[in-house]
Amino acid sequence: MINNLTSILDFQAQALSLRSERQRLLASNIANADTPGYKSRDMDFAKALRDATGQQGGGTSLSMGRPSGTAAGRLDTTQSGHIRIGGATSDTNLLYSTAGQPNLDNNTVDMDRERASFADNAIKYEATLGFINGGVKTMLDAIKGTS
Amino acid sequence: MSMLNIFNVSGSAISAQSKRLNVVASNLANADTVAGPDGSAYKAKQVNFQTQFMGADGGPGSAGVSVSSISENQAAGRRVLDPKNPSADADGYVTYSNVNAIEEMVNMISASRSYQNNVEVMNTAKSLLLKTLQMGN
Repeated sequence: MINNLTSILDFQAQALSLRSERQRLLASNIANADTPGYKSRDMDFAKALRDATGQQGGGTSLSMGRPSGTAAGRLDTTQSGHIRIGGATSDTNLLYSTAGQPNLDNNTVDMDRERASFADNAIKYEATLGFINGGVKTMLDAIKGTS
Repeated sequence: MSMLNIFNVSGSAISAQSKRLNVVASNLANADTVAGPDGSAYKAKQVNFQTQFMGADGGPGSAGVSVSSISENQAAGRRVLDPKNPSADADGYVTYSNVNAIEEMVNMISASRSYQNNVEVMNTAKSLLLKTLQMGN
């Protein structure tokens, strides 16, 4: 019963943890802007979120109806021999970005792009937080039943 | 709370950049030095950065920076004819350090901008984390 109450938050929770993952990735890129040979990394956010929530399309009613006990979006490993595939932080979701301008020291960090992505990701992180707070508020209002 | 790692990553970056700034300051201070600690002319120094994976998983998600080594520029120093100088050699030439002041200034500006960038990153991460702590309020 309580699972049903909070299941609408599952999707946003996945999105929030992915956003914080990406924020960390972008911070690493900015930190290594002067490191020779460093290759800038980023993630395909839409694909990562699809993988994490186990969706095929891009609809909105994503997390409804999925049994809320299973870890979202990962292939279930029900036996000890099973190999874990996918998941938000797996290395396969990390892509290399191409350098806008080639650099003598083989560093592919484009500071303008990284800063833009960082700001963009921060805003979207806050937006996701806002959605979660809104969901919590809605639920609390429903529980209290006051107008 | 993978975002807490941002403080480690950016912290290592600003520490590396401040070492770079420190080396630039040494070079600029010694731009006109005749003799270095070993008796010969001062050699310009340079820090070498290296990526250091610092997450719990050791993966590429949190890549910090460390200073792997400090190398010396082995180019010959500036030679000036000044026979009256007590440091002059047999031919009357004085060998100064091989520091290029313009290069050092450029290096300094670059280091300072990178430092600022990383401080900015930490500020953003901090405000996001503070808002996360208040989730549900």
